[in-house]
Amino acid sequence: MVEVPIPKEKWSGKIGEVTLGATAENGGTRTIALRTGSETGMPFLSYEGVMPNRPLIAGEVLDSISELPAPIRSEFGEAVNDPVAWARAWVDKFGADIICIKLVSTSPDEANRSPHEAAETVKRVLEAVKVPIIVYGCGIEERDAKTFELVSNIASKERLLIGHAEDTAYKSIAAATMANHHAIISFSNLDINLAKQINILLTDFGVKKDAIVMDPLMAALGMGLEYSYSVMERIRLAAFMGDGMLQVPLICDTSASWKAKEATEDIPGPDGIAERATWWETTTALAALIAGADILIMRSPRASAIVRRAMEDLTGGD
Amino acid sequence: MPTAIEIFKLLPKKNCGKCNYPTCLAFAMQIANSKAKLQDCPFLSEEALAVLAASAAPPIRLVKFGSGNKVIEMGDETELYRHEKRFFHPTAYALTVSDALDDSAIAQKVERIANIKFERVGQELRFDAIAVKNDSSDAKRFKEAAEAVAAKTDLPIVLVSRSPESMKAAAGAISIRRPLLFGANATNHVQMAAVAKDLNCPLVVSEGKGLDALANLVQLVKSSGIEDIVLDFEAGSMKQLLERSSIVRKVSVKKTFRGLGYPILVDAGSGEPAILKGLLATMKYGSIVLFDELSEARAHPLFVLRQNIYTDPQVPIQVKPGVYPVNAPNESSAVLFTTNFSLTYFTVLSDIEKSKVPIWLLVVDTEGLSVMTAFSAGKLTPESVNACLEASGVKEKSKSGEIIIPGMVSRMSGKLAEATGLKVIVGPKESSGIPKFLKSR
Ligand code: B12
Ligand code: SF4
Repeated sequence: MVEVPIPKEKWSGKIGEVTLGATAENGGTRTIALRTGSETGMPFLSYEGVMPNRPLIAGEVLDSISELPAPIRSEFGEAVNDPVAWARAWVDKFGADIICIKLVSTSPDEANRSPHEAAETVKRVLEAVKVPIIVYGCGIEERDAKTFELVSNIASKERLLIGHAEDTAYKSIAAATMANHHAIISFSNLDINLAKQINILLTDFGVKKDAIVMDPLMAALGMGLEYSYSVMERIRLAAFMGDGMLQVPLICDTSASWKAKEATEDIPGPDGIAERATWWETTTALAALIAGADILIMRSPRASAIVRRAMEDLTGGD
Repeated sequence: MPTAIEIFKLLPKKNCGKCNYPTCLAFAMQIANSKAKLQDCPFLSEEALAVLAASAAPPIRLVKFGSGNKVIEMGDETELYRHEKRFFHPTAYALTVSDALDDSAIAQKVERIANIKFERVGQELRFDAIAVKNDSSDAKRFKEAAEAVAAKTDLPIVLVSRSPESMKAAAGAISIRRPLLFGANATNHVQMAAVAKDLNCPLVVSEGKGLDALANLVQLVKSSGIEDIVLDFEAGSMKQLLERSSIVRKVSVKKTFRGLGYPILVDAGSGEPAILKGLLATMKYGSIVLFDELSEARAHPLFVLRQNIYTDPQVPIQVKPGVYPVNAPNESSAVLFTTNFSLTYFTVLSDIEKSKVPIWLLVVDTEGLSVMTAFSAGKLTPESVNACLEASGVKEKSKSGEIIIPGMVSRMSGKLAEATGLKVIVGPKESSGIPKFLKSR
């Protein structure tokens, strides 16, 4: 009888755990707090390590929708005109684990809403749904500084995940996060050294490691996915080999798949654009999972449902 | 590949120099670096030769099927992760044709398969093979169907049957196409191996009971004289597929376990589970995936994923810098620049073509980086654009006095105007805006 040796790695490191959302017990109003991270081996290899927390799916909600693709509009219907209804649809109808609200309206290029209005939106979403919440700004540093300060305070006990900090702009957002024990997303640009660098900056600044989730930039399928895929694999390998500054959960935003021209442009063929674009995001998300993602921010409910089934199949029975 | 010391131990240690190296050790070092051939030492024993040849063989055997210029190469991979070097032989995709169809339906399906193709960054993406399935369980019908498919396409063929009799009939009829035989399992392997050996065709060995059982079956098949083996785990779930593929790849390339050092086939079936398995196999070590059917909308992202995963991490796909005429430009046509990253170039090219507006398209050497990546890496500057402008001779071709630049780098307008003496016109940020932009000028 031949026996195949099982090539189990003896990793010295493991991924840390981050808790998102706070229940009444901790002063919050969520009905559930979710844990992410804690893996002890490469993704989905049960012979190598454990993955105690299955990857989470965050449904994307925008507070201003100048650019939303038609198939997404039709999946949500009227709800896309109101972040609260949109978030509810994600949770009640499509089973999202988390809501990711992007406050793009605060950008002068969008509706140019005030940080106060934006914070008010976050408050309403927090009241409407009881899952943990991720909050993004509009990406303009001065604006986001003010927005995050307000958001941090109105949701002081909710353990939000706030995004994102970059090596060139992290102090104000880190301060806002730390003020009320929220968690923070550390963003870097497809480079393992930069990914480590921003985590070092944040922890030096005083952010606790169990409050950091890292975003190494998930490029969509056909838009540089291979770079993201490999950077994430390298980050994970380095983390397991013992690099403490990389031992944090990974978050990947796959909504950019809908910006890939090939996903949504009308090329001849019997299938609708919706079908192709759905699989474009699904493929991007699956690649993210296989490379190590702990949280996916997704745009399409259909794609998220497929990804959820894929996750079950990847973790389920033998 | 064994180390120099391991090789040295098996050499005659005469230090006679007949191999053209002064000592046996020097010779061993050259072998280890693939710079010398074992045969150059005339004193090597048969036994040592066999040992060395076997251990120098690639950890995962290269298995080929198909004929002429349509040969699919599978296996011969050396890495666990693409960043370590690269993956070499892209996963092949096959669509299935059933022998329960009549010949005209078969011809139609083969034609449909041949017509599914996508153009992308200058490459054509399409199915690589056709699998003929013996659904009829009839040997004569299977043979006819195989012949009908072979007559209709030059794509490599996978023959799918568990009946050695059917396999013998069909494979025998198209053996010059060197089909992949799928295949052997615990019950039929003796006869299947005989067919494969007879016709010199590669053979898929299926075993769903786990890797130990598969390795045993492979050993039996191998001992009957078959070298070109392909593995099938009969994986029921993505979990099984991922874990078994990962174990096989790792024990083969990292632990020099030879018993499963063969390419992997995935019979994905149909529907959502099939495409998910196909995507997974593309990322994690699958060499060939069979689909019962696959719509364009699902095939397209799958093909693009393969292209992404199998690019060389060290070299982005690039196009040659210089000036390209689009839509038959003349002296009054404007110049438009972009980068030599193939994705950027082909996206912009197709949008200019769509506009039907004649343009001189200047491709600046950014070492294969996209517009913003090159810009922030300092590889797309007013100076580099100007240098390319001068070197390309486009100033003689276009007297329009204008240059259209990507919207994303509007910041370089002023400096670029200074450097080139041309009027700088900022185009849209997304190339999808190009047709409207050019037409409205
Ligand atoms: C993949 C990628 C990489 C890859 C490189 C891929 C490549 N071959 O270029 C790698 C990992 C190497 C990389 C590295 C870096 N990157 Co990078 N990268 C990306 C990513 C994810 C996708 C880029 C891409 O392929 N786009 C697709 C192509 C087709 O887009 P494009 O070339 O811009 O072309 C479009 C338009 O510009 C337009 N267009 C093109 N030409 C023309 C011409 C005309 C006339 C017109 C009108 C329009 C037009 O049409 C195209 C389609 O719409 C983007 C983020 C993103 N999602 O876009 C970041 C991004 C471009 N990178 C960025 C940065 C900062 C970097 C680094 C400097 C950071 C680092 N990690 O060190 C390095 C620099 C590289 C170096 N030193 O060598 C930043 C740029 C920030 C900025 N605004 O200045 C971005 C935007 C990420 C971000 N959000 O911060 N990157
Ligand atoms: S020919 Fe053979 S025995 Fe002679 S030096 Fe070379 S390796 Fe050694």
